[in-house]
Amino acid sequence: MGLEAWMPEGALTTRVEELVNWGRANSLWPMPFGVACCAIEMMATLSSRYDLARFGAEAIRFSPRQSDLMIVSGRISLKMMPVLGKIWEQMPEPKWCISMGACASCGGVFDNYAIIQGVDRFIPVDVYIPGCPPRPEGLIDAVIKIQELVEKERLAQHL
Amino acid sequence: MSLEDDAIEALKARFPEAFQGTGEHAGAKWAYVKREFVVPALTMLKNELACEMLMDLTAVDYLGKETPERFCIVYQLFSLSKNQYFRLKAWVPENDPQIDSIWSLWKAAPWAEREVWDLYGITFRGNPDLRRIMLPFDYNGHPLRKDYPLIGRGERQNFPRYVK
Repeated sequence: MGLEAWMPEGALTTRVEELVNWGRANSLWPMPFGVACCAIEMMATLSSRYDLARFGAEAIRFSPRQSDLMIVSGRISLKMMPVLGKIWEQMPEPKWCISMGACASCGGVFDNYAIIQGVDRFIPVDVYIPGCPPRPEGLIDAVIKIQELVEKERLAQHL
Repeated sequence: MSLEDDAIEALKARFPEAFQGTGEHAGAKWAYVKREFVVPALTMLKNELACEMLMDLTAVDYLGKETPERFCIVYQLFSLSKNQYFRLKAWVPENDPQIDSIWSLWKAAPWAEREVWDLYGITFRGNPDLRRIMLPFDYNGHPLRKDYPLIGRGERQNFPRYVK
């Protein structure tokens, strides 16, 4: 004990890393890259019935410069892939990525000349959600998994 | 008489040298004309038979089928005043994939022609703006042709990899 005895009442001690990670994990700002029907489920997750605000991730930012969690929900075509790459580059570090649904994760049923066979070929994905489309519970589970990843971050990684 | 019969009779009478027969499927009749005559034939259908609307302009690739030519351009017309449809088709050979543009007749035509050119590689003579419309501008090839590989020629691999 010791230290608390010398501090004024109401103060507590922790490590800077844990405090920062606690803040980041509980206020994820998603960048919705909604390009297909998975985006409908994403909207359902955000709205009142499933309410992603319970996990602190309701502040959807349509500017990549203000967000730290990309949710790729839908199939990515040849013409969209450069856009996705550019938006991913514009997001500030630290950043995470959820690949939502079969199409974003592996191309889904669309194995043709125009569809990227999984966004993880070009951008780093942290959590994949199976389903076509996944239910809102799936997205909530992925957000919780992202929070667990954020809790394990080391500040030294970003120096 | 329906619009289809009227139109087929009129095409036969007015363009006997261009008329290439008719077809019928699922209750719809259509006529084939030589590709050099699509502009006068469609002008007549629009002005005299009240086919005011170009519903669709598309192409079919009959690779490996026993047809007069490989490609077929399909004009789907709709008469707003008669509430009836009519379809006009024109064959386009593989070694000279060209046909006259009808951009002066309908304002709906140029984008449909751009789409057909983009995906089938059929040139529309006279279209003022024949650029790609669906695919990226630097794309090579025309992927809806039946001899184009289904998974493409590696286009979907050519992007930079980002790391964290």
